[in-house]
Amino acid sequence: MALIELNDIGRTYDLGEVQVHALRSVTMQIEDGESIALVGPSGSGKSTLMNTLGCLDRPTRGSYRLAGEEIVTMTRDQRARIRNRQLGFVFQNFNLLNRTSALENVELPLMYGTKVSPRQRRDRAREVLDLVGLGDRYHHHPSQLSGGQQQRVAIARALVNRPSILMGDEPTGNLDTKTSREVIELFNRLNETEQITVILVTHDLNVARTARRTVAVRDGEIVVDTTDFAQAKAALESDESL
Amino acid sequence: MSFFDTLRTALRALRKNKMRAILTIIGVVIGIAAVTTIVSIGQGANRLVQGELQGLGTNVIFVTPGQKRERGVLRNDAPTLTEADADAIALECSAVRAVSPMIWTGGQVIFGNENWSPKEMVGVGPDFLQVRAWPLAAGSFFSEADMESSAKVCVIGQTLIGKLFRTTNPIGQTIRINNVPIRVIGILAKKGANMVGDDQDNLILMPQTTVRKRLVGDPLDNIHAIMVSARSMDQMHRASDQMRNLLLERHEIAPQEEPDFEVTDMEEVSSMLGIVTGTLTMMLSVIAGISLVVGGVGIMNIMLVSVTERTREIGIRMALGARGRDILWQFLIESIILSSIGGLIGLALGTALSMGATVVINTYKPGTEWPMVVSIPAALVAMGFAAIVGVFFGFYPARRASRLDPIDALRYE
Ligand SMILES: Nc1ncnc2c1ncn2[C@@H]1O[C@H](COP(=O)(O)OP(=O)(O)O)[C@@H](O)[C@H]1O
Ligand SMILES: [Mg+2]
Repeated sequence: MALIELNDIGRTYDLGEVQVHALRSVTMQIEDGESIALVGPSGSGKSTLMNTLGCLDRPTRGSYRLAGEEIVTMTRDQRARIRNRQLGFVFQNFNLLNRTSALENVELPLMYGTKVSPRQRRDRAREVLDLVGLGDRYHHHPSQLSGGQQQRVAIARALVNRPSILMGDEPTGNLDTKTSREVIELFNRLNETEQITVILVTHDLNVARTARRTVAVRDGEIVVDTTDFAQAKAALESDESL
Repeated sequence: MSFFDTLRTALRALRKNKMRAILTIIGVVIGIAAVTTIVSIGQGANRLVQGELQGLGTNVIFVTPGQKRERGVLRNDAPTLTEADADAIALECSAVRAVSPMIWTGGQVIFGNENWSPKEMVGVGPDFLQVRAWPLAAGSFFSEADMESSAKVCVIGQTLIGKLFRTTNPIGQTIRINNVPIRVIGILAKKGANMVGDDQDNLILMPQTTVRKRLVGDPLDNIHAIMVSARSMDQMHRASDQMRNLLLERHEIAPQEEPDFEVTDMEEVSSMLGIVTGTLTMMLSVIAGISLVVGGVGIMNIMLVSVTERTREIGIRMALGARGRDILWQFLIESIILSSIGGLIGLALGTALSMGATVVINTYKPGTEWPMVVSIPAALVAMGFAAIVGVFFGFYPARRASRLDPIDALRYE
């Protein structure tokens, strides 16, 4: 059994007059420990697919099994629980709570999860902040941190509940090339040393190159799914020439 | 999320917007302070009225003349009660403890070069003090023998000491009323002013026979009223019934006829006055309650603004695993905190205000001892009310927050 099984997933936005098919039919499997780059042109449905995988959004069609459990038929509360326990999500714009310290941001998911004492919570938050290399920035507020540091706090927050999957929707989109590389290295390190499954959306080929598997999306459908980066690159470049 | 974490989160959120929180709280403070002040002043008024009635004597019942048809004309003031009626009540009504006939007169009291017109000049029976639960300060009261002989004796209220006797000990002195020399044998204990501010000590008591025969000169044995006290509060109605039946029989009133007397017990008067003060308090409380509702709408307004402003925060929390109810509680607790703090301050302010009002009333009207009522139940009700306002007006915004879609909330700019 694969960690993730998507079967004929569709997501349609009903805007009254028109219907937008953000995802037409997506079927794919992801194994535990994989490292995947989700690429594709703007508006192709990458974010929609990512939000579906992240249990933030519910598809209008199809089946999504995560570790054998069907997500599509779950209630809001059940999905909240999955997000809290099994998934870590990182956003392009970091989405940290402002005027709140790094430590407290990282503690947040622990408050919504199983009961842990405030002490254990603090210790765990320190541990993950150390892991992402922010051992000296516990009490800084987001406004006192650089973009790269903020994204590290966000990654620490995503990791704090020891999820099996770490997801990012263009996590380096707001970062400069150097910082971007550092953050990607962090993702790869977590994938290799902690065996966390990593799924990243990116339009940066340099980022995509470091993933072991590349999935290209176009018009709400998977057009390429390969471990051969050259093939993915070719598919993407043909897109851009259109 | 645990209650403690929710509370902490809510407090932090409020601290981030102190000014706004304070202004919102003020709205609730005004409402709760108004309710508290009005309720405690209202209860003070009620307590005052009840106190006055108590001062009249314990378990007092009045028998007064009623309507009488005299040569085809209906009269309200016809003298229908007699001394014999009073004696019969004392003898036959088992629920009655003490009885005193009452007969009022007026006139000047002269002692040496001083003269004075007491507000009340009353002829009473030997049991009058028992009926009114009014002790003597000095001397003695009228005996049966004084009644028999229409003795020329009197008992005076405290005010007369100052007006007539100054430093002389009044007991044993002889005063003149309508040229009749009358000896002072006793002094009543001080009673103070009643609720309308009348001096209750400005009176002189004499045996009712003395007033009737020597001052009024009534050849019949008519009296103006009979004042009775029942054996206990519970016996009031029984005593009233017994008297009514007895007098109906004595006055030979046929069943279909209107009785020529009226029996009024203080319980009726007291409950009637209670209804009046209660209704007033209620009406004012409703007005005060409206200001509380205005405070509540203020909370709702601020919470709605807050939910909108923090849409992204809500999205972030949801993305990290917050359930709808976690978000609901976070905002609900915020509004409950606002209203509870407002409630506490309002309660303190309201108590201070009603204390101030009490002091002002008592200074403005000396002699009236307006009671200060800090009612614990009223305080609890006010606090409960504040919390309810918080829940009621906080619920809609909180629910709106809890129902947001995580994706929409995250995308909100
Ligand atoms: N909330 C929405 N309402 C309507 N259409 C939407 C909504 N979100 C996304 N879409 C549409 O779905 C398609 C895919 O969007 P998205 O998944 O964000 O693409 P990508 O992330 O690959 O740029 C786009 O055409 C977009 O306009
Ligand atoms: Mg996108």
